[in-house]
Amino acid sequence: MLPEPLRDYAPAVALEELNPAAIVGGHADRGEPTLYLNPDHLVEACQKLKERFAFIRLSSVTAVDRHPDEPRFEVVYHLHSLENNARLRLKCRVGGQAPSVPSVTSVWTGANWYEREVFDLFGVEFRDHPNLRRIMMPDDWEGHPLRKDYPTHGHKYSYKD
Amino acid sequence: MPDLSPELTEEASPAGTEAAETRKRRLTVNMGPQHPSTHGVLRVLIDLDGEVITGAQPDIGYLHTGIEKQCEAINWSQVTTLTDRVDYLANLSNNLVYSLAVEKLIGDIEIPPKAQWMRVLLAELQRISSHLVWLGTHALDIGAMSMLFYCFREREQLLKLFEMFSGQRMMTSYIRIGGLALEPPRGWQRRVKEFVDIFPSRIDEYEALLEHNPIWLQRTRGVGHISLEDMLAEGVTGPMIRAAGLPWDIRKSEPYSSYDKFDFKVATRTANDVYARYQVRMEEMRQSTRIVQQALDGMPEGPWKSDYQHVTLPDREKMKTQMEALIYHFKIVTEGFRVPAGEVYQAIESPRGEIAYYVVSDGTSQPYRVFMRTPSFGNVQSIGTLLKGKLIADSIASMGSMDFVLGDVDR
Repeated sequence: MLPEPLRDYAPAVALEELNPAAIVGGHADRGEPTLYLNPDHLVEACQKLKERFAFIRLSSVTAVDRHPDEPRFEVVYHLHSLENNARLRLKCRVGGQAPSVPSVTSVWTGANWYEREVFDLFGVEFRDHPNLRRIMMPDDWEGHPLRKDYPTHGHKYSYKD
Repeated sequence: MPDLSPELTEEASPAGTEAAETRKRRLTVNMGPQHPSTHGVLRVLIDLDGEVITGAQPDIGYLHTGIEKQCEAINWSQVTTLTDRVDYLANLSNNLVYSLAVEKLIGDIEIPPKAQWMRVLLAELQRISSHLVWLGTHALDIGAMSMLFYCFREREQLLKLFEMFSGQRMMTSYIRIGGLALEPPRGWQRRVKEFVDIFPSRIDEYEALLEHNPIWLQRTRGVGHISLEDMLAEGVTGPMIRAAGLPWDIRKSEPYSSYDKFDFKVATRTANDVYARYQVRMEEMRQSTRIVQQALDGMPEGPWKSDYQHVTLPDREKMKTQMEALIYHFKIVTEGFRVPAGEVYQAIESPRGEIAYYVVSDGTSQPYRVFMRTPSFGNVQSIGTLLKGKLIADSIASMGSMDFVLGDVDR
């Protein structure tokens, strides 16, 4: 069942028709539609949105850490349609234990680096990603800096010494 | 464009044959991270077959500073100073997109017309300044050395203008949440007017230097082609897209800060090569000059910042005479203002393309999360596709035509 503000939103209605299990929630805060998707149906939903609603651009992929709440991570996708001049935000919620979502690189090749960045800084794994390596931090770095339980100052080093 | 001949593949070249000999020419070249043409710290691993590039893998992260992490530890208004450091050639654009995002989160804050006009004017001066750096350094990279001096002559004037209103040449932090940081100084508009009066003739000078220069033409025309579909799929934005014929400009498609009240054209070309990207940027500088002219002519009178007391600092006069203003001043300076919980994604057109900030608030006086979708990140991602099948000699011209800033890539 779609949440109230999205009942007339065509992409949400179409996804609901395609697969009732795909959408698990949503809202339209400050005029920006957001859909919460079930990670298991993410790739097919993205494919549908790209083909049917011309969301040919993936503007960015990022994540938000809701630590200590569970499910801990929100992986956030910002889609953009040049044809309809529309933007859409998709979210997948995943728990803190071995977080993992499917990669959307098969839909938009540009997701490659954005997903690597989320993997590097949040430690969320992207299944079927062609090259899932750290991108910002050195390869032998321990920890994921943008997690909320990672300190802002000094991981191994202290400014006091 | 040279194609790889079939005898160069491994299956078609058993050992001892002539084809096996040519296979030995295969080479992986490491370019960077310290290389003068990368204008920052970018490393590219280039696989070569003779002179032809068979693959290129950009390696980034050398300038990663953790700005997004730092944003979560400071007040909403303090983040403005960090946004300057993201793209150090387009700091006003970064100030603007962050301010717009937070203002959208706050919701009922009204930005007075003068502040909006000033923001447009500043963003366009910034665009000119950024394109001048690109033009000068790109021409320098491919052999036209004197261009750098001409371009930096005009850029110096712009930096003096920036210094005049903000006290800083580059890290201006001038566009703030709720309006501007300070009132523009007296006589500043006259100085801007003097600049836009002479600038079109300076663009003619640059064109005279480059467009009849056979070396420049040979090194840019028909070089650096990448299909529009590839660019859209890989996340490329900005002048690269417009040089391939797609008239997509966020100033037109999703107008912000009263851009819809200005008359300008979106510069496009269809040749989709380095030369077309150069032409697009030249045309954008002309259009920016027009916008600055219009902003100067139609500059509204009135306040230069919002009177939303919870967010903007009160005037000095009020603070010294009114108790309430003093309390607000104290609250904003000591603990910062609170922003209602929620999330926004605000995109604007920076000189390099789509710059978008995803800002999440949990209702406190510090951002919960600030994500910066920077144009250079998407552009640099496409280097592999861009260089594949090209000549090694053209790699600098092709990569340079993207106009990336490594601080913008790594954040």
